[in-house]
Amino acid sequence: MSTQEKKDNISQEKENVEIPKKRKSKRIGIFVCHCGINIAGTVDVEKVAKTLSEHEGIIHAEDYVYMCSDPGQKKITDAIKEHNLDSVVVACCSPSLHESTFRNASKSAGLNPYQCEIANIREQCSWVHKDKDKATKKAIKIAKSIVEKVKRNESLEPISISVTKRALVIGGGISGIQAALDIANAGHEVILVERNPSIGGHMIQLSETFPTLDCSQCIMTPKMVEVSKHPNIKLMTYSEIQEISGYVGNFKAKILKKPRYVDPDKCTMCDECSKVCPVLVPNEFDENMTGRRAIYIPFPQAIPATYTLDINSCPGLMPIACGKCADVCEPNAIDFDMKPEIIEEEVGVIVAATGYDLYGLEKLGEYGAGKYPNVINGLQFERLLSASGPTKGQILRPSDHKVPKEVVFIQCAGSRDPELHNAYCSKICCMYTAKHAMLYKHHVPDGQAYIFYIDIRSGGKNYEEFVQRAIEQDDVLYLRGKVSKIFEENGTVKVWGVDTLTGKDIEIDADLVVLAVAMRPSKGADEIAKKLKIAQDKDGFLAEAHPKLRPVESITSGMFLAGAAQAPKDIPEAVAQASGAASKALAILSSDRLYHDPIVAKVDEETCSGCKICIPLCPYGARIYDEEKKIVVVNEVLCEGCGCCIAGCPSGAAQQRNFTDDQIYSMIDIIL
Amino acid sequence: MEHFEPKIVCFACNWCTSAGADLAGTSRMEYQPNGIMIRVMCSSRIDPQHILWAFKKGADGVFIGGCHPDDCHYIDGNYNTLRRIKLLKKLLTDFGIEPERLRLEWVSAAEGKKFVMVMDDFIEQIRNMGPLRLSQEASA
Repeated sequence: MSTQEKKDNISQEKENVEIPKKRKSKRIGIFVCHCGINIAGTVDVEKVAKTLSEHEGIIHAEDYVYMCSDPGQKKITDAIKEHNLDSVVVACCSPSLHESTFRNASKSAGLNPYQCEIANIREQCSWVHKDKDKATKKAIKIAKSIVEKVKRNESLEPISISVTKRALVIGGGISGIQAALDIANAGHEVILVERNPSIGGHMIQLSETFPTLDCSQCIMTPKMVEVSKHPNIKLMTYSEIQEISGYVGNFKAKILKKPRYVDPDKCTMCDECSKVCPVLVPNEFDENMTGRRAIYIPFPQAIPATYTLDINSCPGLMPIACGKCADVCEPNAIDFDMKPEIIEEEVGVIVAATGYDLYGLEKLGEYGAGKYPNVINGLQFERLLSASGPTKGQILRPSDHKVPKEVVFIQCAGSRDPELHNAYCSKICCMYTAKHAMLYKHHVPDGQAYIFYIDIRSGGKNYEEFVQRAIEQDDVLYLRGKVSKIFEENGTVKVWGVDTLTGKDIEIDADLVVLAVAMRPSKGADEIAKKLKIAQDKDGFLAEAHPKLRPVESITSGMFLAGAAQAPKDIPEAVAQASGAASKALAILSSDRLYHDPIVAKVDEETCSGCKICIPLCPYGARIYDEEKKIVVVNEVLCEGCGCCIAGCPSGAAQQRNFTDDQIYSMIDIIL
Repeated sequence: MEHFEPKIVCFACNWCTSAGADLAGTSRMEYQPNGIMIRVMCSSRIDPQHILWAFKKGADGVFIGGCHPDDCHYIDGNYNTLRRIKLLKKLLTDFGIEPERLRLEWVSAAEGKKFVMVMDDFIEQIRNMGPLRLSQEASA
């Protein structure tokens, strides 16, 4: 090869080497809104537009009285077409208000919506400053910083996701049942998972409901039957969620189906098995006031209608250990060889209706709870009142089965007590205590009911009237004050308290004390929240996405909240929220594809060293190590776009689309 | 002495602090105009290098606002922010920057008033501290 040839080759190579292209300068338009005098009153909008018009990259700048009005939007679309703009900045109110308005307007003029950005010069400038000169300077800086950002914005398309048109509802109480029925009635398949042997939750334990005194079982059982007969509902009782993976539209649930050792199809509910069972354990359904056998049915109307063998209290599955139940079972329904099963289900949405449990009586030692048999909680009193309860609806006190003549009800036991117990109000206790006292008087007309209260909170349709009825018609004595001490003496429960309205000390020789104990998130709520990646509030209730505007959604998209899992609430509220959650879930199930904001993480494959630092930083499991490429990639569908992994990336390989380091640095530069 | 107006870069997360600043506006509260906001989706997007860059480019103070602990829109991003800022504050002294020039605050979407209070307080604090004077070496 001659020298000349070599030279030519080299020069050719040089030409072939890709010189980093200078960014094609974008044609940007800026539109400054007066917002009447909301912005123009403190910011010299004309000056902002004029100053920006001299900024590098700005092709078109104008101001207008209301950019968000139809003529205002038309100014933007016209300018995009006329000046062939690549990007648009609207200096106006907060992006939370009109970002979508202006992005849609830009889109209608043929621009990618992600080429439109908002400079917030109202909430964060004109409304918070009075000095016009300073506010104008600040508005100019804000607008310039957004121009610098938009210069480097990519055109993005929303990420499209397919939808599995099935729902998972966790919890078979009234909320879960309502949500499941609503979704199933809309034509979608629902998997309803309940950890107990029967659905029904706490509502099926109740005697009557306030304020109508409807029989709780009578209104609950038809719904339970409807669930069991519904062609779209797959009911999985005695089952627990083991693992949830995936994302909105495409969740995978692993459900542990615990063995009940009884074949529900064969069981005829003849009750022969429990007659021969030698084991007696406390009956949870009666709040431990009665006993049940190791093989049992929680209550006669249980759904599914089958007995369950509780392996934790059974002496053993080996026939040699006992096996009496299997001996007497005519239809051979008992099968000791049943094994736990893991069932995998694919669903598009999840409704968490995990309900509540009562605050432990043992934690209320100051009221003698857990120590004295005649100090009971509200649910125990419900069972005493219930026609299907341990006393068949007669009110008899636990210690000696005598009819109590003096009953003291104490509200806020464990609620509204930030020092010792729970700071929040359990919301339903004022009403159910009024109901308890009223029903007690109906059962024992010559008895006396006392209620110690802090305040009476009776907000709700016909609720206040109900409380007044308890006071006026049923002579319930309301005492405003707290109980200071409870102790047993001569077979009665002495209650010492103070009536703060009269200032008098009160001493009552009570036969029975009923504590309106606080509602707590159900046992296991912590675990389920972790499995679902739903945040919890400070008290452990599942956290809604927004306390006012998104009360039935969790922060994780595709997961919804219903009932007391989210906060203490009564039945109508729980039902309303369940229907709300169902309708939100249906909005997803009724669409064929979902779209996800594309401002997600991206990885420069050449730079990524595969150090994996980003993996634990991602709260959504969206960063995945690619064994083949030896780098960490992004699952764009899972990525929610927080950018945490990007700030953690030591090599700068990770970037967030439209929030790149380059953009942030250039914004800082222009601000300073 | 020449009149000193501090230059402050504010980073705020989209869901809490930026919304809190919006609420301050909606409620027509007033604060000093020295801080310019850069909105990011989560405070955990803020790389310590962004903060150093701001100081290098002439910021007298850097403010970071995020959601309260356990209230992060992205579950726990703010805990990462907390750790990063704590570490960075330890290193700032070595760069010749008083750690007090960097402030992290939790401001929720409901805390317009808190945003105003911390903003005014921070601006006043930086005003009292005077301009950041980095050595030639540090700013190079």
